Amino acid sequence: MHEGVLLQIERAERVFGGGRTLFGQPKPAVHAVQDVTIDVRKGETLGVVGESGCGKSTLARMIVGLDAPTGGRILFDGRDLVAEAGRDLRRLAREVQYVFQDPVASLNPRKTIRTILEAPLIHLLHLGKGQREARLEELMDAVNLAPEFLDRYPHEFSGGQAQRIGVARALAANPKLIVLDEPVSALDVSVQAQVLNILDGLKDRFGLTYVFISHDLSVVESVSDRVAVMYFGRIVEVGPGRSVFRSPRHPYTHLLLNSAPAPGRKSLVSEDADTELPDPYNPPPGCAFYARCPRRTDMCNSRMPSLESVPGEEGHAAACFHPHGGT
Amino acid sequence: MAEAAAAPAKPAKTTSGRPDSLHLLLNNSLATAGLVIFALIVLAALAAPLLPLPDPDATAPANRLLRPLAEGHLLGTDALGRDILSRLIWGTRVSLAVGISATLIAAFFGSLIGLVAGYAGGRVDTLLMRGIDMVMAFPYILLALAIVAVLGPGLLNALYAIAVVNIPFFARNIRGIALGLSRREFVDAARLSGKSNTQILFVEVLPNVLPVIIITMSTTIGWMILETAGLSFLGLGAQPPQADLGSMLGDGRKILFTAPHVSIIPGTMIFALVMSINLLGDGVRDVLDPRLKSGALTRPVARTAVMRQIVPEDIRPDRNAVLDVRGLKTEFHFGGEVYKAVGGVDMAIGQGECLGIVGESGSGKSVSAMSIMGLVPTPPGRITGGVALLDGEDLFAATDERIRHLRGSAVSHVFQDPLSTLHPLFTVGDQLIEAIQAHQPLPKAQAREKAASLLKVVRIPNPAERLKSYPHELSGGMRQRVCIAMALANDAKIIIADEPTTALDVTVQAQVLSLLDALRKEHNAGILFITHDFGVVSAICDRVAVMYAGQFVETGTTDDILSSPAHPYTAKLIDCVPVLGQPERRLDAIGGRPPVVNRLPIGCAFAERCPRAQDDCRAAPIPVTELGEGRTVRCVHPLTGEAADA
Amino acid sequence: MTAYIAKRLLAAIPVLFGLTIIVFLIMAMIPGDPATAILGSYATPENVERLNRQLGLDKPLVQQYFIWLGNMLHGDFGRSYTLNRPVLDEVLERFSATLILAGTSLVLCSVLGLIAGVISAVRQFSWVDKIITFVVLIGISVPSFWLGLLLILVFAVDLRWFPASGMFAIYGGGDLPDLLHHLFLPALTLAVVATGVIARLTRTAMLEVLRQDYIRTARAKGVTENAVIYKHAFKAALVTVIPVIGIQAGFVLGGAVYIETVFQWPGIGSMLVKAISTRDLLLVQGGVLVVAAAYVLFNLAADVVQTILDPRLR
Repeated sequence: MHEGVLLQIERAERVFGGGRTLFGQPKPAVHAVQDVTIDVRKGETLGVVGESGCGKSTLARMIVGLDAPTGGRILFDGRDLVAEAGRDLRRLAREVQYVFQDPVASLNPRKTIRTILEAPLIHLLHLGKGQREARLEELMDAVNLAPEFLDRYPHEFSGGQAQRIGVARALAANPKLIVLDEPVSALDVSVQAQVLNILDGLKDRFGLTYVFISHDLSVVESVSDRVAVMYFGRIVEVGPGRSVFRSPRHPYTHLLLNSAPAPGRKSLVSEDADTELPDPYNPPPGCAFYARCPRRTDMCNSRMPSLESVPGEEGHAAACFHPHGGT
Repeated sequence: MAEAAAAPAKPAKTTSGRPDSLHLLLNNSLATAGLVIFALIVLAALAAPLLPLPDPDATAPANRLLRPLAEGHLLGTDALGRDILSRLIWGTRVSLAVGISATLIAAFFGSLIGLVAGYAGGRVDTLLMRGIDMVMAFPYILLALAIVAVLGPGLLNALYAIAVVNIPFFARNIRGIALGLSRREFVDAARLSGKSNTQILFVEVLPNVLPVIIITMSTTIGWMILETAGLSFLGLGAQPPQADLGSMLGDGRKILFTAPHVSIIPGTMIFALVMSINLLGDGVRDVLDPRLKSGALTRPVARTAVMRQIVPEDIRPDRNAVLDVRGLKTEFHFGGEVYKAVGGVDMAIGQGECLGIVGESGSGKSVSAMSIMGLVPTPPGRITGGVALLDGEDLFAATDERIRHLRGSAVSHVFQDPLSTLHPLFTVGDQLIEAIQAHQPLPKAQAREKAASLLKVVRIPNPAERLKSYPHELSGGMRQRVCIAMALANDAKIIIADEPTTALDVTVQAQVLSLLDALRKEHNAGILFITHDFGVVSAICDRVAVMYAGQFVETGTTDDILSSPAHPYTAKLIDCVPVLGQPERRLDAIGGRPPVVNRLPIGCAFAERCPRAQDDCRAAPIPVTELGEGRTVRCVHPLTGEAADA
Repeated sequence: MTAYIAKRLLAAIPVLFGLTIIVFLIMAMIPGDPATAILGSYATPENVERLNRQLGLDKPLVQQYFIWLGNMLHGDFGRSYTLNRPVLDEVLERFSATLILAGTSLVLCSVLGLIAGVISAVRQFSWVDKIITFVVLIGISVPSFWLGLLLILVFAVDLRWFPASGMFAIYGGGDLPDLLHHLFLPALTLAVVATGVIARLTRTAMLEVLRQDYIRTARAKGVTENAVIYKHAFKAALVTVIPVIGIQAGFVLGGAVYIETVFQWPGIGSMLVKAISTRDLLLVQGGVLVVAAAYVLFNLAADVVQTILDPRLR
């Protein structure tokens, strides 16, 4: 095992559907995540970007044990997470926690904030009453909310406040790793920054490691040390944030970066109309980006490219036969 | 109209839910009447042993079939000379007890099955629900009859039969709700907090299902009383000498022609009882159903109500503008509160020009745009001031028919979520043809050709085939192209686009934006573009208006506003968003929250969150200052060029 | 589409089997000796013995079921001991009368319910809406068997507009006008509750649909308000109402038990009530099975209509 690696994902795969019907006909299957291999190092923020349907949320749910991979392994500190979560989610939940996309939906409307935040303290840490009180105060302070909010109900909070409560709940069990699944995309822009800044502060304060999942390139760029780009269930490019964003190798990453609107950017590069995701029930044999790719050749349609290191750039890899050159 | 719905959710809660609900229930006069009648009946039934009533089973053949108001027998006597009033009250007691017990039994078992099936999902769900489906495959009463037939007639057997046949009803209802709740994120969150499945089911899910169980019970209890009465009426429930309301009615039926009162009286009692329960049940449902609370079940009329208090006169219309809006005010009236969603907005759009309105949710940007053609739902929306001039014609003064004529022809719309904005049951072609034929008297074949050519314009491959598709068969990007094609159907002068790319992926967004940009140039149409994203603004808008709490705080060309914002809010809004290619930028969060639009301050609405705010900001309404050609700001301490750079 | 209908038809087969299982299990619940119960208290010991053997009552329950089912599939529903004729003959004869009554009611309640619901939604909060809502509430609260008695008292006894009972006049009847004359009161009574339920649901469905984004789109296109309501909104509302009409068919078929008893309509409902009170269990079993099977087929039809309307279900 690599020194300092907290989480190892080895050839993880998640197939939905499949199997056979009562009469033996095969049911259609969708590979939501396929052949994903990546390490998360202690103390870093790994950003995962991709568009809807690329499998990033499924990957996130597998890391925290809310979903089980149908193939491959996910090791946390060298222990097999999958096997463990199947038996008891609690051991895993003490190490790895999750922040949900929709802050309001992730809080039970009929429970006070105190009840919600106490749950992990009771069930995961088995704290006594006095210890819980102290911890609750600490948590509310960490996410910058007044302690008197503890006795209110979720509907009394704005989206930004609710998301901070979501973060506090994730923090409660003192985890080492937090998976953030689109934590700011449901929030108004002026509130996004509040939450992002708090997350940033907490990381240093509690020595956390983040896996940050988002469709928003600029947000991912601003928070991540390393970035993985997903397309159609696979990682197509991975590397240090700076090199991926400054000199993208995979044509998809290239397209993504050129499509993203930014203040002051006048024209967006856009493709022709007839270019969308392949049919998930009938995936192409080769590169999934083939149909949209300006650099495609025949070999792309017949063979699946694997992640290859980019020469001269430490840790940067792309799954493409014809990658863009460095700049 | 997410903004409108979001607004009333904000106000501070002063009371907890319970007294509030009871108060609401009593506000409903029908429900109150139901409650009073029901309470009286229940009281009489409970007090039956205490009341000075003759023995309900004492026969007196000499006094048989006395009419009502006979001496000593207020409601007369039946065929065996028994006192009807006494039998009525004792019978009501039995009917109530049976109805309520059956409801409780059905609710308990049905809800339990529904909860488990909905939460567990998978095989457990399939197995349980298949069983329930089997039971439901019988006509309801028939199954009860079969059960009674086998167990033998009797009140208790009738009770079991009615309870059993109602279990599926609860199970199905509760399962649907439990299934939805189990997929909610708070259930995952509870799991990650270390709770076990049983704990989650009964501590997290059940409290959220409880209102539905109560609603279902209140709607079924009347029904169960009816059904048990029915079985007794047929002679399969209560057996003599015991009597419930149904068996009294059944006895009376045999002498219907000679002594109708013997059957009419117990029937009236059943009716009164069930009616009062249903009135009450409706009231309970109205209080507990969130859809009714949020106004989701009020019908919006075809056009926003126009109730202008101020009609600006002697306006010098902007000669270059196709659409010229002055002083637009739109309000929402909800239960005595007035939400000033739009508080005086001016905007002008010229030929082929794109004006962007930028703001956060609740700022009133969508409402401003939807007000123009009267598409803000009424109730609760109403336009209370201003004019909207389309080529000089005041749209707020136009007739409904004139507005209908202009909608989709001179002014067309593109909305946010292309899945919900297209009708799911009509093909794309039908919907396009309808848009064309609404304004052009073309025969169907020609309209179809035109529809195909429109799809070609928005670069949809294979247009003739695509016309036959239903919206759900297309991808999000394709659907939005169809919506754009629809907006182009009648050569609109103005296209109002309300966050048209927000629901789309980045790469698809880029496609749609460049398409819109190209089309407005080709067709020379003006666009009013609503968005929250300055990046999107840069890509398409010539000019921008920044909106906050129902007013434009700053307007100007896109370049000017991005390079040197004058209003502190604009500056903050630009600085709080990460920008691609500048990962080291410090994000400057805006503290606090926007004001609620039913309690706006007198002065600047942003003052509470503004670092530059001084006393004069809060003292009086802030006037608009002209900074230059087409550049305005609503601020008394605007940023100068240097301050913005610093 | 054809493939879908075929698939639905195939899917109805297990449901029909399920029905037979439930009916079989209910019959197996009979306390005491089933053969005696089935043949009545006057049965000779030889007959009881023979029936016991025929039903395979000495064999395990599962085997008993298949013997029982085999008999059914051969059209052998047994003999009614009260009527002394094959159960199937009696049931089918009675069932046609019930179909006429229930079918008329179902058409009546669907048409009236949809119209009332749409008017009430379109004129929400007006006095028309309030009156409809209140009348509908009365409709679902009134015991139908009592309403039937009242209607007989008023229209048959007092006004003499309609006959009080039966399906045809005893002397000189038998033609269609005579049938309709007899049908009017019972069909109306039977339709009351279902009309109320359908009207309520239609109103809610219309109101919900009228709030949808695609209705706003239709208005934004400049479509006339009539087209918005009667084309766009009504079609979408119908998709939610049709399954409920299917369920109401069950209530109408079940409610026929009361109404046939009150109006002495010679249908399967009045037959069932008589059979239960005489404990003619084979007749009950046959009647329940046939009505339930008809109900399953009707729901199948409702499903298919819904699928034709809603392409998303295909």
